[in-house]
Amino acid sequence: MEYMIMFNQPAAELERTPDDAESAGYWESWRAYMSDVYAAGIVRAGNALQPPYSATTVRVRDGKRQVQDGPFAETKEMIGGYLIINVPSLDDALEWAARAPSSVTGSTEIRPVVSRG
Amino acid sequence: MQLPHAANAHATADHLAREAYGRLLAYLAARWRDVAAAEDALSEAFAAALESWPRNGVPNKPEAWLLTVARRKLSDAARGEAVRERHDVLARLLEDAEDVVQSDTPMGDERLRLMLVCAHPAIDASVRPALMLQLVLGVEVKQMSSAFLLSTEALTKRLVRAKAKIKLTGMRFEEPDEADLEPRLHAVLESVYAAYFIGREGATVGEDAHDQLRSEAVYLARVIATALPANSEVLGFLSLLLFCESRRAAQVNASGEYVPLLEQDAAVWDHSLMRSAYELLSEAAALRTPGPYQLEAAIQGAHCYRAHSGEVPWREIAELYEQLVQRDATVGALVGHAVARAYASGDALLGVQLLREMDPELTRTYQPYWAAMGHLLGLARDYQNARRCLERAIELTCQPQVKRYLQRVIRTIQ
Repeated sequence: MEYMIMFNQPAAELERTPDDAESAGYWESWRAYMSDVYAAGIVRAGNALQPPYSATTVRVRDGKRQVQDGPFAETKEMIGGYLIINVPSLDDALEWAARAPSSVTGSTEIRPVVSRG
Repeated sequence: MQLPHAANAHATADHLAREAYGRLLAYLAARWRDVAAAEDALSEAFAAALESWPRNGVPNKPEAWLLTVARRKLSDAARGEAVRERHDVLARLLEDAEDVVQSDTPMGDERLRLMLVCAHPAIDASVRPALMLQLVLGVEVKQMSSAFLLSTEALTKRLVRAKAKIKLTGMRFEEPDEADLEPRLHAVLESVYAAYFIGREGATVGEDAHDQLRSEAVYLARVIATALPANSEVLGFLSLLLFCESRRAAQVNASGEYVPLLEQDAAVWDHSLMRSAYELLSEAAALRTPGPYQLEAAIQGAHCYRAHSGEVPWREIAELYEQLVQRDATVGALVGHAVARAYASGDALLGVQLLREMDPELTRTYQPYWAAMGHLLGLARDYQNARRCLERAIELTCQPQVKRYLQRVIRTIQ
């Protein structure tokens, strides 16, 4: 089954830059996690996302387009990236999600992907 | 004119509905991985049985008959899906049904596995007791919704959502890994405990449906104990429920009023249930792995000694509570501990002192805390404070009989 796992991270984490010395440990934890997930051969797709300030939200109301700067809701944790993985069951997906660094500092959400066909 | 087989057929279908419903459902759901579809197919199979058996006689292997019909219903339902995996499962179901017909061994019991799925941490804990009652015993939503303080529609919606989650998230029906089994089993017992005590709370309201729920919870506990006869906590758990059950008739007096444990007429207790509970507890003790449910059962068992000796063995009870709070200091255990220590020492103020040391956050809305505090303060002749605590307990009580009982207590100390 395919599951999307979404990494919800504290806003401060999403502002970190790759060359910042203080953030070395942070990047290392993600690098280690990602290399494990990919090595397991279960990843179907996945991406990191640009920080929330780069988000634009659009709504169409009464046929008019309303465009707004920022994510649709200001929350303490925001999605920093996602993976689509293919594993046999929810328990396996939970196992991988729990290992993500975001599970310690924020949270990780798991949703089954609607299968086609 | 009654058809020749009719009475027998109805009795067989009723018996199967109780005994085999959960077995068949657990079996189908584990293979089909869609609990709701398995439920639909099985209820259609039962309906077909009620139609066919009175006319044609009860088949030799009724379970295999039901399984074959349910399989056909699943096959009809899956026609649109055209997924190869589904057809493999259907083929296996057919083989299994033939095996059941040809062999003398009954179908394996996978009901515990189904309960473990219901207790998966991804399922909301508040819906688990109702989910187990519905899936394992076929209890109808309208029979249990009021006990769970929900409307029939609201409970139906929650159950539908929980079953959809089991299907959509692809939950495993295999036995959990060794490391997961203990916590999952604990969650199963917790849910059955909730079902039992919701039924018990309701029972003093005098509604049959609540009484029924209590019996169903005991039935679930028996299913678990049969599946895991060497697990001391599972045996202790069943023993605990049976001790509580043995006192069921004594909880309400002839005029329908509530009678607390210490004032109950021990002659009314069910001695054969008490005996079964003692036996289970000693079986559990022989396994030499103590735990909180065995301690709780032992405490209830000690209260039952009064039926033989006429006296409550408070020192033993206080000792057992001491062990219980050391292991698992729940708010209920701490309150029971304080009361037992007060009675064992003959010093009500010692109990009051222990209650006052508890975390106010936990006790503020916990009715038994205020009832116990009021009771002990009354014994210590601090009538003014006793009354205040009992009034607080009344505010926190939902059951009218218990409210009336506490009001009577207040009147006697004035």
